[in-house]
Amino acid sequence: MAIALLAVAVGATIISGMITVYREIPQQMGREFRAYGANLLILPGKDRSTLSGDEVKKISDSLSDYEIVGVAPFLYERLKINEQPILTGGADFAMLQKVTPYWQITGNWPQEGKQEILLGDEEAQRMSIKPGQTVLVSAGNDAAEQTFVVSGIVHTGGKEEQFAFMDLALLQKMLQKEDQVSLAQISIVADGTVLENVSKMISEKYPDVQPQLVKQIAHSEETVLSKLQALVLLVTMVVLLLTLICVATTMMAVVTERRREIGLKKALGAENKNIICEFLGEGCILGFFGGVLGAGLGYLFAQLVSMNVFGRTIEFAPSIAVFSIVLSIVITGIASLIPVRIATNVEPAIVLRGE
Amino acid sequence: MSLLELKDVSMAYGGKVFALQDINMTVEKGEWLAIMGPSGSGKTTLMNIIGCMDKATSGTVILDGIDLTDVTHQQLTTMRRDKIGMVFQQFHLIPYLTAVENIMVAQYYHSLPDKKEALAALDRVGLEDRANHLPSQLSGGEQQRVCIARALINYPVLILADEPTGNLDEANERLVMKIFHELHDEGHTILTVTHAPEVGREAQREIIIEHGRIANSEV
Repeated sequence: MAIALLAVAVGATIISGMITVYREIPQQMGREFRAYGANLLILPGKDRSTLSGDEVKKISDSLSDYEIVGVAPFLYERLKINEQPILTGGADFAMLQKVTPYWQITGNWPQEGKQEILLGDEEAQRMSIKPGQTVLVSAGNDAAEQTFVVSGIVHTGGKEEQFAFMDLALLQKMLQKEDQVSLAQISIVADGTVLENVSKMISEKYPDVQPQLVKQIAHSEETVLSKLQALVLLVTMVVLLLTLICVATTMMAVVTERRREIGLKKALGAENKNIICEFLGEGCILGFFGGVLGAGLGYLFAQLVSMNVFGRTIEFAPSIAVFSIVLSIVITGIASLIPVRIATNVEPAIVLRGE
Repeated sequence: MSLLELKDVSMAYGGKVFALQDINMTVEKGEWLAIMGPSGSGKTTLMNIIGCMDKATSGTVILDGIDLTDVTHQQLTTMRRDKIGMVFQQFHLIPYLTAVENIMVAQYYHSLPDKKEALAALDRVGLEDRANHLPSQLSGGEQQRVCIARALINYPVLILADEPTGNLDEANERLVMKIFHELHDEGHTILTVTHAPEVGREAQREIIIEHGRIANSEV
């Protein structure tokens, strides 16, 4: 019986742990995917070239029900840097770091309000400029040149290496486009379906803006998540089956060991229903205690997995604990069916004379 | 009417090998009968049929007015529970239950466990002070007395004892036989199956079985 209890507890531990991980994967992996950049863009609607900062703020506020990693507004304009035309983005660098954690900077991020600029790696190489050097920046042919310190070089492996980036407020002032942005990048922890819903909600609520999903990321995220969930589900099913076999085998051994006792009880007048109730009852009690033990250990197991894989803790889910206990009871109940059938077939006359 | 009546009872395995053949016998209420015979003679088969643990392949068995010929498995179980008290050579006590709990098991399947009554049954066989001992803490004689107390607890119409002294020393054998005498004096109907002549002689009447047939004519 101790072995059966252990089998149920181990099974329930893995099942409870796996279900917890299964449930947590979308959220945890969703967070991991946020490292690959924004998954939703807010662009100006038709016949508009910019958004107002107020619009971006309102949209951001309307997403308070979702887990928002960051909202980074950008203003893009082609500026002359050391007489070279370079597409320059004005950005809120604090937010930008949240939305684009994959950017690698040689040097430092520009400081807010300071005449500092971040150059894309390609442009910096082309102009042979290193962090700490200065560049002359002008907004057009007739505009006055301003001196900026190159605080850092940005490496992304993407087209950002052909850009330059400076403080959003400074660029807005240079271009006399106060409170205007070209787009906003939003990084939100959500799967493809939720993102579609968010996009739809924004379109309906703000008809003057055009939300756009970054489909490669959303699609990859969905593919990886569904594969991971399928794997976890498969492992859970295998464990469930193994637990069933292990408990059934142990219960069969228990019935074989107790054949004489079963025979005696039948000789004393026990009906088959009494024997069925006793063994199923024992199985269910076994399932309950194994399930309780497994639910607790399963949470610790899931916590361990989450800490090691995702680096985050997960909350205890009472519904999963209850489900694991009920599932353990059902599994031991099913596993007891064949042994119970054997028990009801015991002939008292035969076993009591020692055959 | 006799408490037990067997008419032309036979038991054949595979339709050919006869363990019992044409057994005719009666047991009256309050009688003590011994069924004797060597090993393999068919006395245990006979006891299983009388004890409602097996059914004869032919013939009629009537116990306490109920014909067992066409009863179902379920009805046989009910007969065992309500009419028979079994005493086994090997005692067959449940090892993880105390003496009193072993008696209460029989009560549980019959009606409701009543500890007070179970203790009284133990007292009846002189073992009230051993009520909370496990079978492993009891001697063979004490275990057999617990077994007798268990057989008596549901007021059976027939006490069936299979080699009740087969595993006991002489002193305990005397003690157990004394209890059987007391039970008989109280009016219980007892049927003992034994191969030991000295145990068989304690009964009022003996039936000797040989090769599946009744060998003596005093039946």
